Amino acid sequence: MGINEKEKTPVIEFKDFGFQYFSQAEPTLHDINLTINKGEKVLLVGPSGSGKSTLGHCLNGLIPFSYKGEISGSLKIMGQETKEMDIFRLSKMVGTVLQDSDGQFIGLTVGEDVAFALENDCVGLEKMRETVQRVTDIVDMGQLLKSSPYELSGGQKQRVSFAGVMVDDVDILLFDEPLANLDPATGKTAIDLIDRVWRDQEKTVIIIEHRLEDVLYRDVDRVIVVSDGRITADMSPDDLMAADILPSLGIREPLYVTALKYAGIKVTPEMHAGRLDTLDLDRIREPLLLWNRSQVKKERPAERTAILSADHISFQYTKKRKILQDISFSIREGEMVSIVGTNGAGKSTLAKVICGFVKEDEGTLYYSGEDMSDWTIKERSVKIGYVMQNPNQMICKPMIYDEVALGLRIRGVPEEEIEPKVDKALKICGLSPFKKWPVSALSFGQKKRVTIASVLVMEPQILILDEPTAGQDYHHYTEIMEFLKSLNSQGVTIIMITHDMHLMLEYTPHAIVISGGKKIGDASAVDILTDEDIAERANLKVTSLYELAVKTGIDDPSAFVQNFIDYERGTRHNEVEAV
Amino acid sequence: MKSKLFDYIDRDNFVYNLSGLTKLLAFVCFTFSVMFSYDIRYILFVLVLSFCFFRISEISFRQIRTMLIYVAVFLLLNFCLTYLFSPQYGTEIYGTTHELFRFNGRYTVTLEQILYQVTKILKYASGIPLGMIFLLTTNPSEFAASMNRIGVSYKAAYALALTLRYFPDMIRDYQDISLAQQSRGLDLSKKEKLGTRVKNIMNIFVPLIFTTLDRIELISNAMDLRGFGKHKKRTWYAGKPLGRNDYLVMLFAAAVLAGSICVSVFVNGSRFYNPFV
Repeated sequence: MGINEKEKTPVIEFKDFGFQYFSQAEPTLHDINLTINKGEKVLLVGPSGSGKSTLGHCLNGLIPFSYKGEISGSLKIMGQETKEMDIFRLSKMVGTVLQDSDGQFIGLTVGEDVAFALENDCVGLEKMRETVQRVTDIVDMGQLLKSSPYELSGGQKQRVSFAGVMVDDVDILLFDEPLANLDPATGKTAIDLIDRVWRDQEKTVIIIEHRLEDVLYRDVDRVIVVSDGRITADMSPDDLMAADILPSLGIREPLYVTALKYAGIKVTPEMHAGRLDTLDLDRIREPLLLWNRSQVKKERPAERTAILSADHISFQYTKKRKILQDISFSIREGEMVSIVGTNGAGKSTLAKVICGFVKEDEGTLYYSGEDMSDWTIKERSVKIGYVMQNPNQMICKPMIYDEVALGLRIRGVPEEEIEPKVDKALKICGLSPFKKWPVSALSFGQKKRVTIASVLVMEPQILILDEPTAGQDYHHYTEIMEFLKSLNSQGVTIIMITHDMHLMLEYTPHAIVISGGKKIGDASAVDILTDEDIAERANLKVTSLYELAVKTGIDDPSAFVQNFIDYERGTRHNEVEAV
Repeated sequence: MKSKLFDYIDRDNFVYNLSGLTKLLAFVCFTFSVMFSYDIRYILFVLVLSFCFFRISEISFRQIRTMLIYVAVFLLLNFCLTYLFSPQYGTEIYGTTHELFRFNGRYTVTLEQILYQVTKILKYASGIPLGMIFLLTTNPSEFAASMNRIGVSYKAAYALALTLRYFPDMIRDYQDISLAQQSRGLDLSKKEKLGTRVKNIMNIFVPLIFTTLDRIELISNAMDLRGFGKHKKRTWYAGKPLGRNDYLVMLFAAAVLAGSICVSVFVNGSRFYNPFV
């Protein structure tokens, strides 16, 4: 790599740096010693609450400008102590692309949003137009200057925020979870774009992200692992894969690396496992093939009766554009199903049709064979519970107990019957100890469980969840998904709307793929994620396990992926039992 | 859809292409001229003008239907209350009494009272379309730019523009939250008693407020990071340089205002036009 050979000029230097929020009893960061050199591309990983976002805030000046606290030690950016600078001067050195590109869209059009920093610098109109055009061309958005944020896809919005920080000609680019709201294929393009800008414009790039595998799809100089407010590792991706520190921290390592480990292969730095492209296949081929052959095919459970089926459903808001076209499917009792597809493909609308929020124009929905056409929202809600993506959008009572009891109280259930039901729902969701707590004391993941409990309390047969794991790190993701799995084993049919491929692969044997309002796939998740055609049309990505299998010449790559999933379920099951 | 209520839709016509500053000044001038004068002839003239502008701006009726209903209710209420509380105000102003018919002494219907009240209604009726034109044909950011240009602090102007800009988002949030709560059994339809309905709506507002607060934190961080508030001044990407039409319209608006004052001073000798003497 050319960058490493150049002489090293430090642009970011943490020395014995620590930070404590005024609102918290303990410091969030301790003894940070870290140097990042000019032109480096660094990935910052860590579980939620590890302090990696706080570290990012220290770099861009949100700490101490917006989030107050006590700083110890020193942080120099481009040789200047940050304590002595204000956020404005810092923002000329460090450009930040925030996680939620929707919420940070300030302007009313692309051009205006990109120009925001220039406006604040009192740049004249002529010069402003010129710069905006130049920068938006770099991110391929130059043709869309007049578009409003509502007309853009998630990936495009991110490009706009990217351009918005590049107008300042900053030396350091900081990306705060750039993949969080993107579907897999768009995420891949985003990483490509970051890589291109890093090479062409010679910037220093820092990416904060927990989707390690997706970032490592392109070159990264170093990975810095943060946990409990300290730096636990600072090494090249190849070394990191060999070091075996990620799983213990609750960070997911790339799936293909996990597969190697399952096959009993000792990963060493010489294997170059940092990227699948660089992986030394000769060393791993034999043991991997051996492992694959030794796996026993699992019996598939017998199919049960259909609980929810759709017969040629179509829906449109306006005459011009059909949101859903001729969708038929059948979901069986006790299944765990994922509905996947790009943003705007119609998957949320499908959920709305099922819940009765909007009425289908054509076709019929059946619940256990019964026509649901005349059912009101309220009637459907007895059978089908709906959990929104953002728990803050659902919780309306200050106390957990009241929140969970709300649905029953509305239905006029007598108070003495409510309490045992609420207790049961809280117990299932692992919230019994918090029964008398206020909602505000809970973490995001716990709030999510409160919303699930408040729906479960009404004892629905089907639970629909919109992006149940969005914004969760691997640890919380596993926690939520294992919980849903246990609910499922108690007989609740679970339908998840998602674009998380890991979730699909590991937890939902059945996946329905929607693209452009049409159903383009309805099969097992393994089949879908090993089908390059469907994956491409639905903006998914073929799993790296499949690629690994193809590269090593395994005869039936899909079967290999299935073996991996079965093996993983087996080990995880044992872990859970051991606990 | 409801969320279209305050949505700015870009169109290409005479009114849309005017600068926000021009529209703001014209709106102020026209409104002031009808508020100042009680001459029904002049008010009718402005009313016709404002309807003309309305036509030119190509605002669709659907966009303003809800607003119109509120305005109509307000005007009707205003009309009735004026009569209820000061049924003889017309006589007082114009100094004559032309009785039409009488119920009792106080509520005698006079031509003067009718003229007074009709004039008042027309005042509102001519001002409101102009306000709507201004709101619906001005890009919120450009609106902020115009406010800033006539001396309002840019921070205040931007805050206002952001509110307008996020209003549709909030309505969308409201709809989403409302659906999720309805699926938990919350009844917002007219079947429910008013008291319960109000309580149920509260259950939507609490999450709405929290989601909005999240939004605000995010946006204000994003703005800080990109240097908002660094200088005393800022420039505007969306600001339109004033063109020939802008100056013409401003001149015309000023003339209308001047006309209103002239009519009062030279023709009527007071703010009232008195056909009864």
